[in-house]
Parts: sequence; structure tokens; C-alpha cells
Amino acid sequence: MNTPISIEIVMLLAGILFVLGIVGVIIRKNIIFMLLSVEVMLNAAGLAFIAAGSRWAQPDGQVMFIFILAMAAAEVSVGLALILRIYQQHKSLDIDKLKEMKG
Amino acid sequence: MRIRQLTYIVYYLKMNIFFYITAFVTLFSTIMVITRHNPVHALLYLVISLLSLSVIFFLLGAPFVALLEIIIYAGAIMVLFIFVIMLLNLGKETAAQEKAWLKPRIWIGPVILSTILLAELIYLITTAQLPSYNLQTVDSKAVAISLFKPYLIGVELAAMLLMAGVVGAAHIGQQKKTVLHRFLKEEEPQ
Repeated sequence: MNTPISIEIVMLLAGILFVLGIVGVIIRKNIIFMLLSVEVMLNAAGLAFIAAGSRWAQPDGQVMFIFILAMAAAEVSVGLALILRIYQQHKSLDIDKLKEMKG
Repeated sequence: MRIRQLTYIVYYLKMNIFFYITAFVTLFSTIMVITRHNPVHALLYLVISLLSLSVIFFLLGAPFVALLEIIIYAGAIMVLFIFVIMLLNLGKETAAQEKAWLKPRIWIGPVILSTILLAELIYLITTAQLPSYNLQTVDSKAVAISLFKPYLIGVELAAMLLMAGVVGAAHIGQQKKTVLHRFLKEEEPQ
């Protein structure tokens, strides 16, 4: 199936999705929503890889997306375990409350 | 010959309209993800965003990755999120708290700045005179051959990463009474 969609529009969509993810990370104070926004950003990067791979008709883009998928799975499992510990210790998910590192 | 050309034009328009509708659904649901107050609502919108993104992958000629997106992202990772939200028992009070946190005074600055960057990006991409090509379908056989021949070391590294993720999550998540130091035993939090 040849798909006649111009590649720059797809790249534009990936860029807009990435910007939306960055905005979500910046404006949110709840750590679960920040993790969701990071997922959105990873998806945008994967979309850019897929678009480039199908532009050149090479499988490398999809291979990279599979690696991104594995990385996202590992990141989410560790991140959610950390969120559980934070909630047990602080009884809150507010990132402003996590001041132990004095950063 | 002319009929063939006409069917191609119809096909072209149809694919483009499909793509634009799906892109709109993706963008709208992503905006809803970052603006909802209730975590479960945001999660449901994120599932819709992932599903429409997988339709876009299918339109771009990557059916294998479209299926993986649905199975792993919308299936497995979202279920992890739902389990954590259930464990933390986030409900109405979290939504009220989010509503208090998400004031315009807080988000208006970053949104304006990133909108400026986005406008520059849109201008640069739409003014570039790039020739358009037909995108080819890359089937799962080519992906598998590429994955297990030139990228084999990447597969092994991904396996090690997943192993480290599992061990790390199990280690962080285990229930254990934490005593920071033996002198601090009296004033440990209840």
C-alpha cells in the first residue's frame, strides 16, 4: 500500500505532540501527570522515527520504535515504583513537597 | 488511463483526509491529557491518543509497529498506570487539588513561550520546499530481519535494560520499614 502523505506534515505532528508533552511536564505539579506527559513525548519521538523510516522505505525506523517501546516500559515500571514509595513517605504527590535533596 | 489517474487522485484525497482526521483526534486528546484534573480521565484520553497514533502508524505503512503500539502501550503500560492510581486511591480530592494547582498564573508563561517555538517550527517546516514522496509499507518480515541481524546488540541491550527495570522496580517497591540510622530510631515517621 503506497501512502501519499507528505512527510513534513507528519514531522509537524510529531513536533506538536512533543511540545504538548513538554508543556505538560512544565505546568503540572502532580508527578503522575508528569509521567504521562513523558509518555506523550516518547510517542512523539517514535512517530518521527516511523515517519523517517517509511520515507526511506527502510525498517530501521520501526526497529528504533521497538527500542523506544522497551525503554518506555522499563522507565514506567521504575517510575511508578518510585511514585508508590513517594506517596507512602510523604502522603502526597506534589513535587514541591520533595525537598529532601535541597535542590 | 484517465480513469486510473482519477482513482489515484481519489485515493490520495481519501488517505489525506484520513490522516488529517486522525491527527486532529491525536492532538485534541493529547491536549485533554495535559489539562484534565482527574487522573483517570487523563489516562483514558491518553489511551485514545495512543490508539489514534497507531492508526497514523498504519497509514504511514508500519502495520507491525501499529499493533505493538496498541498491545504494549495501550494494553500493558496503561494498565500499570491504572493499577498505581487504584493503589494510591486517587479520586475526587485529587481532582480538587489539581484544580487548585492548575491556575492560569502558573501555566500561562510556559504556554506562551512554547507557542512561540511551535510557531517558528510550523513556519520553518511549511515554508521548506520539499518534494513529496509516496511512503512505502515496510512489513514485519523486514523489521524482524533488521532487528535480529544488524541490530542484535540493541536487542540484547534492551533485554538487559528490561531486566534492570524489573529488578529496580521490585527493589524500590518492596515494603520494608526504613530505619535511616540506628540513632534516629525514636523519631522515625509513623
